[in-house]
Amino acid sequence: MRRPVGNRAVFMVRNKAGEVKVFHNSCSHRGAVVCRKDSGNAKVFQCFYHAWSFDTDGKLVGVPDREAYGDGLDFGALGLRPVARVESYRGFVFLSYDPDIMGLVDYLAGAAEYLDLVVDATGDAEIIRGTNEYAIDANWKLLAENSIDGYHAVPTHDTYFKYLVSLGTDLSGGVAGTAKSLGNGHAVLEYAAPWGRPVAKWEPLFGEDSREEIGRLRADLVDKYGEARARRMADTNRNMLIYPNLVINDIMAITVRTFMPTSADRMEVTAWELAPRDELPQLRQRRLDSFLTFLGPGGFATPDDIEALESCQQGFHSGGLEWNDLSRGMARDPLANDEEQMRAFWRQWNSQVTGGAR
Amino acid sequence: MTALEPAPAVTGVHGVTRADVEDFLYAEAELLDAWELDTWIALFTADCRYVVPCNDTPEGDPTRDLVLIDDNALRLRSRVERLNSRKAHREYPHSTTSHQVSNVRLRPVEGEELPVVAEFTVWRFRGERSTTYVGRYAYRLRVVDGHLRIAAKRATLAMGSLRQVADVAIIL
Repeated sequence: MRRPVGNRAVFMVRNKAGEVKVFHNSCSHRGAVVCRKDSGNAKVFQCFYHAWSFDTDGKLVGVPDREAYGDGLDFGALGLRPVARVESYRGFVFLSYDPDIMGLVDYLAGAAEYLDLVVDATGDAEIIRGTNEYAIDANWKLLAENSIDGYHAVPTHDTYFKYLVSLGTDLSGGVAGTAKSLGNGHAVLEYAAPWGRPVAKWEPLFGEDSREEIGRLRADLVDKYGEARARRMADTNRNMLIYPNLVINDIMAITVRTFMPTSADRMEVTAWELAPRDELPQLRQRRLDSFLTFLGPGGFATPDDIEALESCQQGFHSGGLEWNDLSRGMARDPLANDEEQMRAFWRQWNSQVTGGAR
Repeated sequence: MTALEPAPAVTGVHGVTRADVEDFLYAEAELLDAWELDTWIALFTADCRYVVPCNDTPEGDPTRDLVLIDDNALRLRSRVERLNSRKAHREYPHSTTSHQVSNVRLRPVEGEELPVVAEFTVWRFRGERSTTYVGRYAYRLRVVDGHLRIAAKRATLAMGSLRQVADVAIIL
């Protein structure tokens, strides 16, 4: 699997032992890209330029007309360059180009617990086929904010909520909950789900015939994790930002979203849907419907987020404003529609960019 | 329907010609470009489906795979209501669009449905920006009360991603 990470071409492959390897996508001979498909299977990566080839451990295994080099070619030193740091947690693979970065679990800090919650509730999980790959003409940090911004939902997404209500969803319960910093710039909103959740909160929209299945899923969660944790998995939503650019929204569907700046005023967004592998078809259908109508770039909400962020970018570009105002909730324990979670992001960003807190 | 009836009367699905289909598709394009969405949606049957698959999964099946748009008649109506409102911020004010339909090909009739394939280019102009959607339509047309109607419309994008167009906030 290949994709740009931080504007650099890298690819990920499982070696024969099943370990995940991530390499800079560049032939050690003359630099050309050696993995030229976005996904697939390969035992050998052969550069088409001069046909050097590498195995799934990145080791150089083939050089045409090798005798031309005599003994002067050090196969051991001419493997593909691995990315400086690669670690995975609960199936999520993270990389860093900084060889001195702290270990992943330390890096995730309080976010690890929330990843556990999402992954445990999902069980045997898969990323559903079909990727949302879009772009926004705005600074990437605006999407970090937007992804954990409960305050914008009502005015920005009026047409989406009207659509939900037209389907019979009762939104009157609101989004009572909290916002918190999880350390290292990560942050989460957690709040009572105002709508059904395929795992495992039934609502009429799911249909009478899935009531029993959702009840069973819920009972399974109680068996495995106890009443309190099961209730949290089933009845609450989570919108989480893992600093700097991974978003896991565990709402009526689960989104896994990354976004990469390509310039100061443009970002590329890639989003996937995570779901239990062996889900009942009608629950899967509802989950797909929820994702594409709310979270997808062809839906009833995400285009309006894109518009909002592009609008902010144009507004800030006018030069009248020096600062974004994120003070909401500073005078109280932060609620889900306050801005503490964004302050957590900015504190970390500021500390990294300026070399100290302010 | 009245003067806005956008297609010639036809007697049955077997007698439909390419010219009939072209007239119908061009009329649909005209309605979309005029943002006459309430008239446009009347071109669809009560059991219709409008699907846009993800760019990387052109064969995507909306019952199993993530797609960009998967509207039945109810959701298509909601989409039109949304686009008719001032709260569809991405499309208020509306983009200027130009739906261009070409390479229209009729496939053999299946039951009461006529499969039609066509290429499309949809230009979208908003503010200072122009973007272009390119791809292939696959329609399933029926004859209802002497007029062609859309039972299914699938718009498969040829672009590798939505990066250049940002989103699919308009109807393709």
